[in-house]
Amino acid sequence: MQEFIQHIINGISLGSIYALIALGYTMVYGILQLINFAHSEVYMVGAFAAYYGARLLNLTDKPGYGTLVILLVISMVICSVVGLTIERFAYRPLRKAPKLNILITAIGVSLFLQYGGQIVFGADPKVFPNVLEDSTITSFGAVELRSFDVAILGVTLFFMTAITYLIQKTKVGKAMRAVSTNHTVASLMGIDTNKIIAITFIIGSSLAGVGSVLVGMKYPKIDPLMGTLIGLKAFVAAVLGGIGNLGGAVVGGLLMGVCEEMVVGYLSSTYRDAFAFGILIVILFFRPAGLLGRVSQEKV
Amino acid sequence: MLKTLKTLKTPIMLAAVFSASALFSGCTKKTDDQSGTAQVAAVKSEPSGAQASEIVIGEYGSFTGNEATFGQSTDKGLKMAIDETNKAGGIKGKQIKLIALDDQGKAEEAAAVVTRLITQNKVVALIGEVASSRTLAAAPIAQEHKIPMISPSSTNPKVTEIGDNIFRVCFIDPFQGTVMAKFAFEHLKVKKVAILRDVKSDYSVGLADYFIKKFKELGGEVVADESYQGGEMDFKPQLTKLKSKTPEAIFIPGYYTEVGLIARQARALNISAPLLGGDGWDSSKLFEIGGKDINGSYFSNHFTTESTDPAVVDFLKRYKEKYNGETADGLAALGYDAGKILIAAIERAGEAKPELIRAEIAKTKDFVGVTGKISIDSQRNATKPAMVVKVDGNVNRYVTTITP
Repeated sequence: MQEFIQHIINGISLGSIYALIALGYTMVYGILQLINFAHSEVYMVGAFAAYYGARLLNLTDKPGYGTLVILLVISMVICSVVGLTIERFAYRPLRKAPKLNILITAIGVSLFLQYGGQIVFGADPKVFPNVLEDSTITSFGAVELRSFDVAILGVTLFFMTAITYLIQKTKVGKAMRAVSTNHTVASLMGIDTNKIIAITFIIGSSLAGVGSVLVGMKYPKIDPLMGTLIGLKAFVAAVLGGIGNLGGAVVGGLLMGVCEEMVVGYLSSTYRDAFAFGILIVILFFRPAGLLGRVSQEKV
Repeated sequence: MLKTLKTLKTPIMLAAVFSASALFSGCTKKTDDQSGTAQVAAVKSEPSGAQASEIVIGEYGSFTGNEATFGQSTDKGLKMAIDETNKAGGIKGKQIKLIALDDQGKAEEAAAVVTRLITQNKVVALIGEVASSRTLAAAPIAQEHKIPMISPSSTNPKVTEIGDNIFRVCFIDPFQGTVMAKFAFEHLKVKKVAILRDVKSDYSVGLADYFIKKFKELGGEVVADESYQGGEMDFKPQLTKLKSKTPEAIFIPGYYTEVGLIARQARALNISAPLLGGDGWDSSKLFEIGGKDINGSYFSNHFTTESTDPAVVDFLKRYKEKYNGETADGLAALGYDAGKILIAAIERAGEAKPELIRAEIAKTKDFVGVTGKISIDSQRNATKPAMVVKVDGNVNRYVTTITP
C-alpha cells in the first residue's frame, strides 16, 4: 500500500511536467490546428537559457526561491522570443498554405534546433544549476513526499488557472477564442489575428520555459536532445486529454505520468513506454476526441 | 521550367562530381604526404625486412575528432613505452620506430590507415584502437595479412574473435560484472542485491547478466532485476519498486549520464544501499550530475591514480615528467602496457617477424604492467585484475583489486 501511494506521488509529479508542456501544444493547436513539433525544442532552449543565465548572474550554486523566480523569468523570456521568432519566420509565411506544409515546417524547425543546439551548446550533457534544496516535507512509513514534487504540482496548477482565467475572462482571451473558432470571421470583426496568434505562441512558449526550469531543477542534466522524448509524451498527453482543451492537457499529463509509474511498478520496466502508450491507445479507442475533447463537426 | 531544370542539372552534377573528386583526392593526398615521409624513412631504414636496423611498429587511433582525447592519451602512453626501450638500447640493438596514423575517430578511416600501415609501411605489429567499433573495422585487415595487433582498450568481446592475430590487454565487458559480484559478496558482504540495467545498451546488459550469474554462484540473492532506457530521466518507479525489496546494494551497470540522476532519485526516496557500477561511470561529470548523492558508490575500473603499487607510482611520476605535469589516465596506462607487452614479445621472438611476434604475444604470462598483472588467455583476451574505486567527490578512491 505504501508502495502504491509512493507510485501515485511520483506519477503526479512527473505528470505535472507533462501537463505543463502539453498546455503549450494544446494552445497552439486550439488556435491554428497546428501541431507545433518545435515546442519540445523551445523547451530545450529554455533549459539552456536558464543554465547560461545562472552562470552569467553567478547563481549556479545559490539555491533559493529568488533564484527560482529569476531563472523562471529568464527562461520564459527567452522561450517567448524563440517561439515568436519561429512563428514569425517559419509559420506565418505559410498561413495560407495547406496544413501539411506547416506541419512539415514544424518538424524541420524542430530538427534544426536539435542539431543546431548540439553545435552551439555542445552534445555533452550539462549540469543544471542548483535551484532549490530538495527536502522531505513529510514521510509516513516508507512514503516520501518531497518539496520538489509539491512545488512542481503547485506551479503547474497555478499556470493552468492563470491561463484559464486569461482565456475565459479577458479581452485577449475572447479574441483568442474567436480566432480559434474562425480566423476569417474574427478578422472581419476587427481582430488582428496575427497579433493574437503571436500572443498564443508567447504564452505557450513561456510555459515550456517554466517546464524546462522545473525539469532542470528535478533532473539536473540537460542536453540538446532532451526535448524529444518528453515532448512526444506531452504531445500524447495533450491528445489524450483532448487536444485544444486546456483542462484536458492537464488531466492527460497527470494520467500519463501515473500510467507510466504504474506500468513500471506493477508490470514491466522494460516495456514502460510500450505499455503506457498501449493504455492510451485503448482510451482513445473509446473516446477518439480525447477525454475532455468535443467531437467537432467537420467545417466545410 | 522542366527544360531549365534539365539544362541546369548537367553542369550542377558535373560540378558536384568535380568538387567531390577534388575533395577526395585532396584528402588522400594529404594523408599520403603524412605517411609518405614516414614511409620513406621506413623504406630507407628497412631494406630487407628483418635485417633492418629498425623495427617498425604501426599505431592507429583517433588523434582528432570527437574522441580525440582517447587516441591522444593512448598515444602518449605507447610513445613513453617505446622511448624508454629505445633509450635503453632498443631491442637487441635495434631501435623501434613507431608510425602513428590518425583515423579521425571513423571506422572506415581506421580500415584505410591500417591497410596503409601494413602494405606500405610494412609494420611488423600494430597497436590500436580504443573504441571497439574501430578495432572491429581494422582487425580483419590485420588478420588477413597475418600482422599481430594489440588493442589497448577495446572491451567488446567480439574484437578478439576476429582471428588469432588479434589481442587485447584490457579485460572484456562480462568480466566487470563478475568482478563487481565478487566485490559485493566478499568485500561489502551483502547477500541481497538489486539490478537496474540499461536495456538499450549491450554493454550494460552484458555486465548485468554476468553479475547475476556470479553473484548467485557465490550464494547471494538477486531480489529484483529492473531496467531503464538510456536517455530517460525519471527512474523513480523502478527505484520505488526496488526499495520495497530492501536490497543491500544496487548494481547499475550504465553510463554516468543516467547514473548521476539515478543516485539523486534513490537518495530522495531514502534508499541508502550503496550503488555499484562498471567503467561506464568513469567521467568527471559523474559527480557533477550526481552531486553528493553519488558519494560512497563503487565502480570497477582499469586503473587508478591512487594505487600504492610502486610500478604505478613510478609510471605516474615518469609520465608527469615527460608530459609537462599531466596526470596519466586509464587509456594512457593501457597504451603503455600494450606497448610494453609487444616489446617484450619482440624481444623473446628474437627476430622482428610477424608470425614469431604473434606466437610470443600469445605466450604472455604474468606480465607486470601498470594496469595489473596481465596474462593472455587462449581467447587472446587479457586475464588481469580490475580495480574497484569509491566515489568521493571529484576523486575516485582506490578500494581494492579484484583478481579473476
